[in-house]
Amino acid sequence: MSVTDAPPAPPTEPKIRKPSTRKRLIPYWLLLPGILWLIVFFALPMVYQASTSVQTGSLEKGFQVTWHFRTYWDAFADYYPQFIRSLLYAGTATFLCLLLGYPLAYLIAFKAGRWRNLVLVLVIAPFFTSFLIRTLAWKTILADGGAVVDVMDTLHVLDVTSWLGWTENNRVLATPMAVVCGLTYNFLPFMILPLYTSLERIDGRLHEAAGDLYATPATTFRKVTFPLSMPGVVSGTLLTFIPASGDYVNAELLGSTDTKMVGSVIQTQFLRVLDYPTAAALSFILMAVVLLVVTFYIRRSGTEDLV
Amino acid sequence: MPALRWIRRNLIVIAGLLTLAYMILPNIVVMVFSFNKPKGRFNYAWQQFSLDAWKDPCGVADLCGSLGLSLRIALWATIGATVLGTMIAFALVRYRFRARGAINSLIFLPMAMPEVVMAASLLTLFLNMGAELGFWTVLIAHIMFCLSFVVTAVKARVMSMDPRLEEAARDLYAGPVQTFVRVTFPIAAPGIAAGALLAFALSFDDFIITNFNAGSTVTFPMFVWGSAQRGTPVQINVIGTAMFVIAVAVVLVGQLIATRRKSNARK
Repeated sequence: MSVTDAPPAPPTEPKIRKPSTRKRLIPYWLLLPGILWLIVFFALPMVYQASTSVQTGSLEKGFQVTWHFRTYWDAFADYYPQFIRSLLYAGTATFLCLLLGYPLAYLIAFKAGRWRNLVLVLVIAPFFTSFLIRTLAWKTILADGGAVVDVMDTLHVLDVTSWLGWTENNRVLATPMAVVCGLTYNFLPFMILPLYTSLERIDGRLHEAAGDLYATPATTFRKVTFPLSMPGVVSGTLLTFIPASGDYVNAELLGSTDTKMVGSVIQTQFLRVLDYPTAAALSFILMAVVLLVVTFYIRRSGTEDLV
Repeated sequence: MPALRWIRRNLIVIAGLLTLAYMILPNIVVMVFSFNKPKGRFNYAWQQFSLDAWKDPCGVADLCGSLGLSLRIALWATIGATVLGTMIAFALVRYRFRARGAINSLIFLPMAMPEVVMAASLLTLFLNMGAELGFWTVLIAHIMFCLSFVVTAVKARVMSMDPRLEEAARDLYAGPVQTFVRVTFPIAAPGIAAGALLAFALSFDDFIITNFNAGSTVTFPMFVWGSAQRGTPVQINVIGTAMFVIAVAVVLVGQLIATRRKSNARK
């Protein structure tokens, strides 16, 4: 990094100051502490983790770097169901967030009027009750014999979801549906806020113009509003998908052993089994997969929809 | 049918309000169950109305200790991340220099990384250094991941600032320090405040990174996590409710002051 090896200010003669040199160094001095922090506590740890992933050994005997790349393959072979599940759950939750979040963002941007600030506060406010407490509240909401499950049962929705494999044995808690519900809930604000920001920038006169040109509200939305909100859609989906794919809180609190996500595995391997190489390899695979999905997605949305 | 037509015309509003209800529902449940008197260890089913938990919010061992610890960590993490992040934001917006692109991506990456990956890698660093896990490792981790968010928030504000205001101050013989204190800082303050608030909320609520790097230190989210297995005391709902009410009150009062100021300025 050229920040760290920037030359220190040369001790020139004190009377003839060189403001140009001093000025040139100001940005480097401003950057130095923060960037150093990120290098030491963000970039360097990644290097350590990379080296850990190719080590072998045990906690008693110690770990040595043996360039044992098989760990990667073994880790993937052992835990690919959890990987696929994580991507599936995170993808579904992201889609649901978009589906649920769009109308609300639209409402705040165009329909709320003087209620706008209040609704925005209500979107952000749940943040301030610890998300773990709120996730635990879902246990009450989705409880067996609770109102939600009863209504679903009476309307025979449960039969359909069970047939689809989302729920099991007439219960919602400890099923994939509960985990996806929790994920959707927890990451919804991350979808709504970028959507709102990009919708708010749209000039309302464009809607009027579309109406003057005999576009129906649906056409206006499809041809004008939605394309113009694409930046928000892209950043919203990324902000939802990335953290959701590594999350293990929802799967642990609302799911069962059959709904474990890869974050759970990493946590268990690291903190309980103390198999550091496997855990490090797993988190690198997760990082690679997420980066791959994200790059592919940005490419796609960039070439097809953002034009 | 007029009713159907009304629904069709207001479809977006109805869908939006339903989403809002979905978002608020758990908060309402938390609130209601803070008045519950559970029979067993778990506070998941309604039994009986009671004010016991509200009268004695610290009645559970370690609960308020963990809350205090979380507040302390959040406070220091906010100060650290805000100072470092504001400096970076100013450097990035105000100066042109080499490695700008590299620095921008170094700041972006922590936000685009699943939290477990960051948490696990930081733990390998601490283990390799032989650092003792606890208050300091948690604080270091929190400053690290809050930093990027502060930079983004402050950058947005500084970018919309007119640099000519500072030039004008200098033309009026204000020194660099005076210019910063009297002109630059007041204009950038809302952005810095937004960044600081975000850092505080993120640090206070963080579980995954703390879970990896705290050792046997117990922050409030970790206490809640542990209690999910042992049985959640009602007091957790009391604290959740209090946090929600305080946050809404603070934001609403802030809004009120802002609108009042705006209308005063118009007069």
